[in-house]
Amino acid sequence: MSDVADRVRKIVVEHLGVEEEKVTENASFIDDLGADSLDTVELVMAFEEEFGIEIPDDAAETIQSFGDAVKFISEAQ
Amino acid sequence: MFDLTGKNALITGASGGIGGAIAKALHGAGATVTLSGTRQGPLDELAAELGDRVHVLTCNLSDAAAVDALPKQAADLMGSVDILINNAGITKDNLFMRMSDDEWSSVLEVNLTSTMRLCKGVIRGMMKARWGRIVNISSIVGATGNPGQANYAASKAGMVGMSKSIAYEVASRGITVNCVAPGFIATAMTDKLTDDQKEKINVQIPAARMGTPEEIAAAVLYLASNEAGYTTGATLHVNGGMAML
Repeated sequence: MSDVADRVRKIVVEHLGVEEEKVTENASFIDDLGADSLDTVELVMAFEEEFGIEIPDDAAETIQSFGDAVKFISEAQ
Repeated sequence: MFDLTGKNALITGASGGIGGAIAKALHGAGATVTLSGTRQGPLDELAAELGDRVHVLTCNLSDAAAVDALPKQAADLMGSVDILINNAGITKDNLFMRMSDDEWSSVLEVNLTSTMRLCKGVIRGMMKARWGRIVNISSIVGATGNPGQANYAASKAGMVGMSKSIAYEVASRGITVNCVAPGFIATAMTDKLTDDQKEKINVQIPAARMGTPEEIAAAVLYLASNEAGYTTGATLHVNGGMAML
Protein backbone atom coordinates (compact mmCIF):
# COMPACT_ATOMS: atom_id res chain seq x y z
CA MET A 1 0.00 0.00 0.00
CA SER A 2 2.64 2.50 1.04
CA ASP A 3 4.71 1.56 -1.99
CA VAL A 4 1.74 2.30 -4.24
CA ALA A 5 1.16 5.60 -2.45
CA ASP A 6 4.79 6.63 -2.87
CA ARG A 7 4.81 5.85 -6.57
CA VAL A 8 1.49 7.62 -7.14
CA ARG A 9 2.70 10.63 -5.17
CA LYS A 10 5.87 10.80 -7.26
CA ILE A 11 3.85 10.84 -10.49
CA VAL A 12 1.50 13.53 -9.17
CA VAL A 13 4.37 15.71 -7.97
CA GLU A 14 6.22 15.38 -11.26
CA HIS A 15 3.22 15.88 -13.47
CA LEU A 16 1.49 18.71 -11.67
CA GLY A 17 4.62 20.37 -10.32
CA VAL A 18 3.27 20.59 -6.77
CA GLU A 19 5.06 20.19 -3.46
CA GLU A 20 5.05 16.70 -2.00
CA GLU A 21 3.44 17.84 1.27
CA LYS A 22 0.37 19.04 -0.61
CA VAL A 23 -0.34 15.56 -1.98
CA THR A 24 -2.39 14.37 0.97
CA GLU A 25 -4.95 11.57 1.19
CA ASN A 26 -7.91 13.79 0.36
CA ALA A 27 -6.14 16.19 -2.00
CA SER A 28 -8.32 16.67 -5.06
CA PHE A 29 -6.31 16.84 -8.27
CA ILE A 30 -8.43 19.63 -9.66
CA ASP A 31 -9.55 21.58 -6.57
CA ASP A 32 -6.40 21.32 -4.45
CA LEU A 33 -3.53 20.54 -6.80
CA GLY A 34 -4.35 22.83 -9.72
CA ALA A 35 -4.92 20.17 -12.35
CA ASP A 36 -7.18 20.78 -15.32
CA SER A 37 -9.37 18.06 -16.78
CA LEU A 38 -6.73 17.12 -19.35
CA ASP A 39 -4.15 16.76 -16.56
CA THR A 40 -6.38 14.19 -14.88
CA VAL A 41 -6.51 12.20 -18.13
CA GLU A 42 -2.74 12.33 -18.35
CA LEU A 43 -2.35 11.28 -14.71
CA VAL A 44 -4.48 8.21 -15.36
CA MET A 45 -2.34 7.43 -18.42
CA ALA A 46 0.77 7.72 -16.26
CA PHE A 47 -0.73 5.46 -13.57
CA GLU A 48 -1.57 2.85 -16.20
CA GLU A 49 1.99 2.87 -17.42
CA GLU A 50 3.64 2.86 -14.01
CA PHE A 51 1.56 0.00 -12.64
CA GLY A 52 0.92 -1.96 -15.85
CA ILE A 53 -2.83 -1.85 -15.41
CA GLU A 54 -5.72 -0.70 -17.54
CA ILE A 55 -8.05 1.89 -16.04
CA PRO A 56 -11.33 1.98 -17.98
CA ASP A 57 -12.90 5.38 -18.72
CA ASP A 58 -15.77 5.00 -16.27
CA ALA A 59 -13.35 4.09 -13.49
CA ALA A 60 -10.99 6.90 -14.46
CA GLU A 61 -13.78 9.39 -13.87
CA THR A 62 -14.08 8.29 -10.25
CA ILE A 63 -10.39 8.95 -9.56
CA GLN A 64 -10.58 12.54 -8.36
CA SER A 65 -8.11 12.63 -5.50
CA PHE A 66 -4.75 11.18 -4.50
CA GLY A 67 -6.54 8.81 -2.11
CA ASP A 68 -8.91 7.66 -4.89
CA ALA A 69 -5.95 6.83 -7.10
CA VAL A 70 -4.06 4.87 -4.43
CA LYS A 71 -7.20 2.94 -3.49
CA PHE A 72 -8.09 2.08 -7.07
CA ILE A 73 -4.59 1.00 -8.01
CA SER A 74 -4.11 -1.07 -4.85
CA GLU A 75 -7.31 -2.95 -5.58
CA ALA A 76 -6.55 -3.36 -9.28
CA GLN A 77 -3.16 -4.94 -8.71
CA MET B 1 11.36 24.09 -46.90
CA PHE B 2 9.62 21.91 -44.34
CA ASP B 3 11.62 19.14 -42.72
CA LEU B 4 9.76 16.15 -41.32
CA THR B 5 12.83 13.99 -40.75
CA GLY B 6 12.22 11.63 -37.82
CA LYS B 7 8.45 12.13 -37.87
CA ASN B 8 6.04 9.27 -38.46
CA ALA B 9 2.86 9.86 -40.42
CA LEU B 10 -0.29 7.81 -40.96
CA ILE B 11 -2.29 8.70 -44.05
CA THR B 12 -5.72 7.24 -44.80
CA GLY B 13 -7.09 7.04 -48.29
CA ALA B 14 -3.53 6.90 -49.56
CA SER B 15 -4.53 4.95 -52.66
CA GLY B 16 -6.53 7.93 -53.92
CA GLY B 17 -5.28 10.90 -55.91
CA ILE B 18 -5.12 13.41 -53.07
CA GLY B 19 -3.99 10.85 -50.47
CA GLY B 20 -1.20 9.64 -52.72
CA ALA B 21 0.02 13.19 -53.30
CA ILE B 22 -0.05 13.88 -49.55
CA ALA B 23 1.96 10.71 -48.88
CA LYS B 24 4.53 11.75 -51.47
CA ALA B 25 4.82 15.25 -50.03
CA LEU B 26 5.28 14.10 -46.43
CA HIS B 27 7.67 11.35 -47.48
CA GLY B 28 9.57 13.81 -49.65
CA ALA B 29 10.02 16.05 -46.60
CA GLY B 30 11.67 13.18 -44.75
CA ALA B 31 8.80 11.58 -42.84
CA THR B 32 8.29 7.86 -42.46
CA VAL B 33 4.81 7.10 -43.78
CA THR B 34 2.21 4.41 -43.28
CA LEU B 35 -0.14 4.25 -46.23
CA SER B 36 -3.64 3.10 -45.41
CA GLY B 37 -6.51 2.37 -47.74
CA THR B 38 -8.91 -0.33 -48.76
CA ARG B 39 -7.06 -1.59 -51.84
CA GLN B 40 -3.75 -3.34 -51.30
CA GLY B 41 -2.62 -3.10 -54.95
CA PRO B 42 -2.42 0.68 -55.37
CA LEU B 43 -0.93 1.05 -51.88
CA ASP B 44 1.84 -1.43 -52.71
CA GLU B 45 2.50 0.38 -55.98
CA LEU B 46 2.83 3.71 -54.21
CA ALA B 47 5.04 2.14 -51.53
CA ALA B 48 7.32 0.71 -54.21
CA GLU B 49 7.54 4.12 -55.84
CA LEU B 50 8.47 5.83 -52.57
CA GLY B 51 11.10 3.26 -51.62
CA ASP B 52 12.25 3.20 -48.00
CA ARG B 53 10.52 4.64 -44.91
CA VAL B 54 7.17 3.27 -46.11
CA HIS B 55 4.65 0.86 -44.62
CA VAL B 56 1.28 -0.34 -45.91
CA LEU B 57 -1.79 -1.17 -43.82
CA THR B 58 -5.09 -1.96 -45.47
CA CYS B 59 -8.13 -0.95 -43.47
CA ASN B 60 -11.85 -0.83 -44.16
CA LEU B 61 -12.96 2.40 -42.52
CA SER B 62 -16.54 1.23 -42.18
CA ASP B 63 -15.31 -1.53 -39.83
CA ALA B 64 -15.12 0.10 -36.38
CA ALA B 65 -12.86 -2.57 -34.87
CA ALA B 66 -10.42 -2.34 -37.77
CA VAL B 67 -10.36 1.46 -37.48
CA ASP B 68 -9.70 1.27 -33.74
CA ALA B 69 -6.80 -1.11 -34.38
CA LEU B 70 -5.19 0.98 -37.12
CA PRO B 71 -3.33 3.61 -35.03
CA LYS B 72 -1.74 0.93 -32.87
CA GLN B 73 -0.71 -1.12 -35.90
CA ALA B 74 0.85 1.99 -37.42
CA ALA B 75 2.63 2.85 -34.17
CA ASP B 76 3.96 -0.71 -33.95
CA LEU B 77 5.39 -0.39 -37.46
CA MET B 78 6.85 3.10 -37.12
CA GLY B 79 7.44 3.50 -33.38
CA SER B 80 4.84 6.28 -33.06
CA VAL B 81 2.25 8.25 -35.00
CA ASP B 82 3.28 11.91 -34.87
CA ILE B 83 1.22 13.03 -37.83
CA LEU B 84 -2.25 11.78 -38.72
CA ILE B 85 -3.85 12.70 -42.04
CA ASN B 86 -7.51 11.75 -42.23
CA ASN B 87 -7.99 11.88 -45.95
CA ALA B 88 -10.18 8.89 -46.76
CA GLY B 89 -13.69 9.71 -47.83
CA ILE B 90 -16.58 8.33 -49.82
CA THR B 91 -19.56 9.87 -51.57
CA LYS B 92 -23.04 8.43 -52.00
CA ASP B 93 -24.80 11.28 -53.75
CA ASN B 94 -28.55 11.52 -54.01
CA LEU B 95 -31.20 14.16 -53.81
CA PHE B 96 -31.95 14.70 -50.17
CA MET B 97 -35.57 13.64 -50.54
CA ARG B 98 -34.44 10.35 -52.04
CA MET B 99 -31.48 9.79 -49.73
CA SER B 100 -31.75 6.50 -47.86
CA ASP B 101 -30.73 6.00 -44.25
CA ASP B 102 -27.94 3.79 -45.50
CA GLU B 103 -26.60 6.42 -47.91
CA TRP B 104 -26.59 8.87 -45.03
CA SER B 105 -25.08 6.67 -42.36
CA SER B 106 -22.43 4.97 -44.44
CA VAL B 107 -21.00 8.32 -45.56
CA LEU B 108 -21.09 9.68 -42.01
CA GLU B 109 -19.49 6.50 -40.69
CA VAL B 110 -16.54 6.48 -43.09
CA ASN B 111 -15.95 10.22 -43.38
CA LEU B 112 -16.67 11.47 -39.88
CA THR B 113 -16.85 8.63 -37.36
CA SER B 114 -13.70 6.91 -38.55
CA THR B 115 -11.90 10.26 -38.37
CA MET B 116 -13.04 10.56 -34.77
CA ARG B 117 -11.81 7.04 -33.97
CA LEU B 118 -8.42 7.61 -35.54
CA CYS B 119 -7.96 10.95 -33.77
CA LYS B 120 -8.75 9.23 -30.49
CA GLY B 121 -6.32 6.43 -31.27
CA VAL B 122 -3.33 8.68 -31.92
CA ILE B 123 -3.84 11.42 -29.38
CA ARG B 124 -2.59 9.53 -26.33
CA GLY B 125 0.85 9.07 -27.88
CA MET B 126 0.90 12.68 -29.06
CA MET B 127 0.05 13.92 -25.55
CA LYS B 128 2.95 11.98 -24.13
CA ALA B 129 5.29 13.22 -26.82
CA ARG B 130 4.03 16.80 -26.36
CA TRP B 131 3.95 17.03 -30.14
CA GLY B 132 1.39 16.03 -32.71
CA ARG B 133 -0.20 17.10 -35.96
CA ILE B 134 -3.64 16.07 -37.11
CA VAL B 135 -4.86 17.25 -40.49
CA ASN B 136 -8.39 16.35 -41.51
CA ILE B 137 -9.29 16.65 -45.15
CA SER B 138 -12.67 18.36 -45.28
CA SER B 139 -14.23 19.85 -48.40
CA ILE B 140 -15.48 23.11 -49.81
CA VAL B 141 -18.99 21.63 -49.77
CA GLY B 142 -18.80 21.33 -45.99
CA ALA B 143 -18.86 25.12 -45.95
CA THR B 144 -21.01 25.91 -48.99
CA GLY B 145 -23.31 22.90 -49.30
CA ASN B 146 -23.93 21.15 -52.60
CA PRO B 147 -27.12 19.74 -54.08
CA GLY B 148 -27.12 15.95 -53.94
CA GLN B 149 -24.51 15.84 -51.21
CA ALA B 150 -26.36 16.44 -47.94
CA ASN B 151 -24.63 13.42 -46.41
CA TYR B 152 -21.15 14.28 -47.70
CA ALA B 153 -21.48 17.98 -46.82
CA ALA B 154 -22.70 17.10 -43.32
CA SER B 155 -19.76 14.76 -42.78
CA LYS B 156 -17.24 17.36 -43.98
CA ALA B 157 -18.77 20.20 -41.95
CA GLY B 158 -18.89 17.87 -38.95
CA MET B 159 -15.19 17.27 -39.36
CA VAL B 160 -14.50 21.00 -39.05
CA GLY B 161 -16.48 21.37 -35.81
CA MET B 162 -14.91 18.27 -34.35
CA SER B 163 -11.41 19.38 -35.30
CA LYS B 164 -11.89 22.76 -33.63
CA SER B 165 -13.12 21.12 -30.43
CA ILE B 166 -10.21 18.69 -30.27
CA ALA B 167 -7.84 21.55 -31.11
CA TYR B 168 -9.07 23.43 -28.04
CA GLU B 169 -8.59 20.43 -25.78
CA VAL B 170 -5.05 19.51 -26.78
CA ALA B 171 -3.50 22.83 -27.82
CA SER B 172 -1.59 23.15 -24.55
CA ARG B 173 0.13 19.83 -25.24
CA GLY B 174 1.80 20.85 -28.48
CA ILE B 175 -0.78 19.14 -30.66
CA THR B 176 -2.47 20.98 -33.50
CA VAL B 177 -5.64 19.90 -35.27
CA ASN B 178 -6.53 21.56 -38.55
CA CYS B 179 -8.54 20.97 -41.69
CA VAL B 180 -7.77 21.42 -45.34
CA ALA B 181 -10.86 22.00 -47.45
CA PRO B 182 -10.19 21.28 -51.11
CA GLY B 183 -12.37 22.72 -53.83
CA PHE B 184 -12.61 20.87 -57.12
CA ILE B 185 -9.49 18.79 -57.54
CA ALA B 186 -8.76 16.68 -60.60
CA THR B 187 -8.92 13.10 -59.27
CA ALA B 188 -10.75 9.86 -59.97
CA MET B 189 -13.66 11.30 -57.98
CA THR B 190 -14.03 14.28 -60.34
CA ASP B 191 -13.25 12.19 -63.44
CA LYS B 192 -16.74 10.78 -63.03
CA LEU B 193 -18.14 14.19 -63.99
CA THR B 194 -19.10 14.82 -67.63
CA ASP B 195 -17.23 17.42 -69.70
CA ASP B 196 -20.32 19.57 -69.54
CA GLN B 197 -20.36 19.38 -65.75
CA LYS B 198 -16.65 20.16 -65.58
CA GLU B 199 -17.11 23.20 -67.80
CA LYS B 200 -19.89 24.46 -65.55
CA ILE B 201 -17.60 24.03 -62.56
CA ASN B 202 -14.63 25.78 -64.16
CA VAL B 203 -16.59 28.95 -64.88
CA GLN B 204 -17.38 29.21 -61.16
CA ILE B 205 -13.69 29.09 -60.21
CA PRO B 206 -11.78 32.38 -60.34
CA ALA B 207 -8.62 30.41 -61.11
CA ALA B 208 -10.60 28.93 -64.06
CA ARG B 209 -9.32 25.40 -63.53
CA MET B 210 -9.51 22.48 -61.20
CA GLY B 211 -6.79 22.16 -58.59
CA THR B 212 -4.19 19.44 -58.48
CA PRO B 213 -3.66 16.89 -55.71
CA GLU B 214 -0.18 18.38 -55.22
CA GLU B 215 -1.72 21.73 -54.36
CA ILE B 216 -3.69 20.07 -51.55
CA ALA B 217 -0.62 18.14 -50.43
CA ALA B 218 1.35 21.38 -50.11
CA ALA B 219 -1.24 22.77 -47.69
CA VAL B 220 -1.17 19.53 -45.69
CA LEU B 221 2.63 19.56 -45.59
CA TYR B 222 2.59 23.04 -44.06
CA LEU B 223 0.06 22.07 -41.40
CA ALA B 224 2.07 18.93 -40.57
CA SER B 225 5.29 20.88 -40.14
CA ASN B 226 6.96 22.17 -37.03
CA GLU B 227 6.60 25.68 -38.43
CA ALA B 228 2.78 25.43 -38.20
CA GLY B 229 2.89 24.97 -34.43
CA TYR B 230 0.84 28.10 -33.76
CA THR B 231 -1.84 27.28 -36.34
CA THR B 232 -4.61 25.20 -34.83
CA GLY B 233 -8.36 24.86 -35.25
CA ALA B 234 -7.99 26.39 -38.69
CA THR B 235 -9.46 25.35 -42.00
CA LEU B 236 -7.25 26.07 -44.96
CA HIS B 237 -9.42 26.52 -48.04
CA VAL B 238 -7.62 25.46 -51.20
CA ASN B 239 -10.15 26.07 -53.94
CA GLY B 240 -8.84 28.49 -56.56
CA GLY B 241 -10.99 31.23 -55.09
CA MET B 242 -14.23 29.38 -55.66
CA ALA B 243 -15.37 30.21 -52.14
CA MET B 244 -13.35 32.83 -50.29
CA LEU B 245 -13.95 31.86 -46.69
